[in-house]
Amino acid sequence: GAAGGGAAMCTSGTLSVLRSDSYVDLSQYRDQHFRGTRYDQERLLRKSCTLYVGNLSFYTTEEQIHELFGKSGDIKKVIMGLDKVKKTACGFCFVEYYARGDAENAMRYINGTRLDDRIIRTDWDAGFKEGRQYGRGRSGGQVRDEYRQDYDAGRGGYGKTVQCQ
Amino acid sequence: AGQPHKRRRTSEPSEIEERLESLICRVGEKSNSSLESNLEGLAGVLEADLPNYKSKILRILCTVARLLPEKLTVYTTLVGLLNARNYNFGGEFVEAMIRQLKECLKVNMYNEAVHLVRFLSDLVNCHVIAAPSMVAMFENFVSVTQEEDVPQVRCDWYMFAFLSSLPWVGKELYEKKDAEMDRLLSQTESYLKRRQKIHVPMLQVWTADKPHPQEEYLDCLWSQIQKLKKDRWQERHILRPYLAFDSILCEALQHNLPPFTPPPHTEDSVYPMPRVIFRMFDYTDDPEGPVMPGSHSVERFVIEENLHCIIKSHWKERKTCAAQLLSYPGNNKIPLNYHIVEVIFAELFQLPSPPHIEVMYTTLLIELCKLQPGSLPQVLAQATEMLYMRLDTMNTTCVDRFINWFSHHLSNFQFRWSWEDWSDCLTQDLEKPKPKFVREVLEKCMRLSYHQRIIDIVPASFSVLSPANPVCIYKYGDESNRSLPGYTVALCLTIAIKNKASNDEIFSILKDVPNPNKDDDNDEGFSFNPLKIEVFVQTLLHLAAKSFSHSFSALAKFHEVFKTLAESDEGKLHVLRVVYEVWKNHPQMIAVLVDKMIRTQIVDCAAVANWIFSSELAHDFTRFYIWEILHSTIRKMNKHVLKIQKELEETKARLARQHKRRDSDDDDDDDDRSSDREDGPLEEQIERLQEKVESAQSEQKNLFLVIFQRFIMLLTEHLVRCETSGIDVFTPWYKSCIERLQQIFLQHHQIIQQYMVTLENLLFTAELDHHILAVFQQFCALQA
Repeated sequence: GAAGGGAAMCTSGTLSVLRSDSYVDLSQYRDQHFRGTRYDQERLLRKSCTLYVGNLSFYTTEEQIHELFGKSGDIKKVIMGLDKVKKTACGFCFVEYYARGDAENAMRYINGTRLDDRIIRTDWDAGFKEGRQYGRGRSGGQVRDEYRQDYDAGRGGYGKTVQCQ
Repeated sequence: AGQPHKRRRTSEPSEIEERLESLICRVGEKSNSSLESNLEGLAGVLEADLPNYKSKILRILCTVARLLPEKLTVYTTLVGLLNARNYNFGGEFVEAMIRQLKECLKVNMYNEAVHLVRFLSDLVNCHVIAAPSMVAMFENFVSVTQEEDVPQVRCDWYMFAFLSSLPWVGKELYEKKDAEMDRLLSQTESYLKRRQKIHVPMLQVWTADKPHPQEEYLDCLWSQIQKLKKDRWQERHILRPYLAFDSILCEALQHNLPPFTPPPHTEDSVYPMPRVIFRMFDYTDDPEGPVMPGSHSVERFVIEENLHCIIKSHWKERKTCAAQLLSYPGNNKIPLNYHIVEVIFAELFQLPSPPHIEVMYTTLLIELCKLQPGSLPQVLAQATEMLYMRLDTMNTTCVDRFINWFSHHLSNFQFRWSWEDWSDCLTQDLEKPKPKFVREVLEKCMRLSYHQRIIDIVPASFSVLSPANPVCIYKYGDESNRSLPGYTVALCLTIAIKNKASNDEIFSILKDVPNPNKDDDNDEGFSFNPLKIEVFVQTLLHLAAKSFSHSFSALAKFHEVFKTLAESDEGKLHVLRVVYEVWKNHPQMIAVLVDKMIRTQIVDCAAVANWIFSSELAHDFTRFYIWEILHSTIRKMNKHVLKIQKELEETKARLARQHKRRDSDDDDDDDDRSSDREDGPLEEQIERLQEKVESAQSEQKNLFLVIFQRFIMLLTEHLVRCETSGIDVFTPWYKSCIERLQQIFLQHHQIIQQYMVTLENLLFTAELDHHILAVFQQFCALQA
């Protein structure tokens, strides 16, 4: 240790137990369609003001999303996720804030709560690019709706594979 | 088992520091061993580490003293044990704490400074600091109240730091120095008697004193300390681990605090604002459970302080925060759920602003309900009912927050609520607080769901309070309206826009619209033409009514037309009027459109302010959405100014760096001219930015002046009318309006402080009605 008791009594120092911000940390998910290195992607995620929002009902409107996510700050844009074929809502969206801090608060306090009676999930997004508003499932919706076995009235009933049986 | 095991290196210094920090932070958490044995163990480990890691240990302990006040007595005990083993370390720790305290005071970290003072005072109980020297420090604190020409909030802080330490150390100090303590307490009493409390009404959540008086924070604390003294300083709530170590600690040598001179008041000193203590529960509210400590008991003070500290420590981690709140010790002796709910609402309703973002409290309460599903939801329901019952005297700003919280909370629980219990509001005038509250809640609930859902969740009798179906009103929609001026142009526009017309095509269609204000026609033909605006805006918004995105696209596509039509101030005002006419059933849409129009500079902030106070909006003047729009507008203005100021600072910094580089590289002056050329662009930029800043600041000041002016006009009108017709001034409208004026002051107090001279000389002069002037005076008292 340093000689003497001259350690700076820094009033801005903190403790790691108080620095914990797990709701804001990056999840394990990485968009496989991202163009660029993993490093680039994570750099963008760490300063992003855009959130991906999942597990929405197909009937949840832009207005409802705006009302809920507006509680953590001013929203720059909401982009509804669409079925690639039908061009109708398919249960996800992007919410972009003007300020990173507002997006962080959404991750802390809106992620994991209910919208339209459903627990919604938010995650960092590297930034909207044209084309990303479409589902990537074979039938046009989201991948998760292709294969799921359960019945979900808010997401078109049974999964596509089940429906085709 | 086949993996080669990486040989553990001898730890890096930073790893040791992390380990030490972790050990220290974790002591006091749930453990298989007793707290005493954990403390003893940790003291042994740290003592052994002192030769090599003393400064790190000092830093960590000082930091926990400052940032983990909810574990105060755990750490004072630890320091006590260390001091008993190593007297020099104890002395160095005390010195480090004093240095840290001085630093905090210098940089206006007053809340953390209180924790340091409390820590020092509890060190008296641990035989680290000699009681007489602590009393001497407190004597210096209290003597601040004798200083002349200093803000009252400065004296308040030193008084608070003294009084709020007494629950921990009052007994010990009184036993050792009763005469001095009596003198201090008597000086305290006379200070509290003479200090002014003009600010109190502005900070109270309820204007009524029943059932619980909303006391000024120093008054409440004083009552609590007086009661503590009367009880001979017996305090039974605080956990004091040092008691178990008394035999060791009383052998330790104590240190004397160095004489502490409070740093003088400077221009840059910013002291905490006064507070009002929020109380909503007492022992009658939970007759089955443990008795809630009375409002003037020191236990109540300590519990509330600790719960607030826990929220402050863990606000980012809602699950941890909920768990920590629920594991607050003393669970079976106090009605913890009630304390937690009260403390959370105290923060949510705090004036001027909650310590944390509002949505945090909603989610925290939901987490608490998840952890205590059998008990907490009932307490919350009881609290909601009580808040509803007292709406008549609740501050309008707090009602806003109640509306936001309750509607958002309900949306997480399928909007289940016993609405019939609130049928009493149906017989009241719709402007009265209770029916107004229910209306606003239902409107917010609708925004989070949809219209039919709201109709379904309330009893049929509540239909009078249900929100309107948020549909667009298009005046040119019906064939029956074909006699309206502009009808044919509207049809034309509709077809053109559907056929993807350009801005130019729109302009040429609009040329045919006659101007009802014929005298205002000038040569350019682009003068204020309300009919043009009406036809264009009505038609466009109607075509884009499907969603927010559609409307935003429309605003973007025809931005040029909007800018031209809304060029004049009257044009801007009229655009806003038409937006309202089209979307008056959908306040949320109005809000997002106004936001977009400000951001794309179709209208400016002053236009929005004037529109809100216009007679066309008088009917909606007390509705929540109007004030959300106004405050959002002010916030945009404030952020805009900050942004340009920041740009200016950054550019200045770049120039300074450039000069520095030039000065260090330059041995001779031959390159002067070329350096000037390099500076040129930056210096020009700075000049331009300087102008931009001044212009933005001027616009910001103007916005506030407009708002205040309009408030004064509106309120004066009402007061005069009441006076001449002999009716009571205090109508629901008046209460709402005057509290909205207060809200402007409170929510933007930092900016408004800059305008005090102008406000005093220009607007809030002595000739003003005393009702209105009182609001200004209360505001001035906040930092006086």
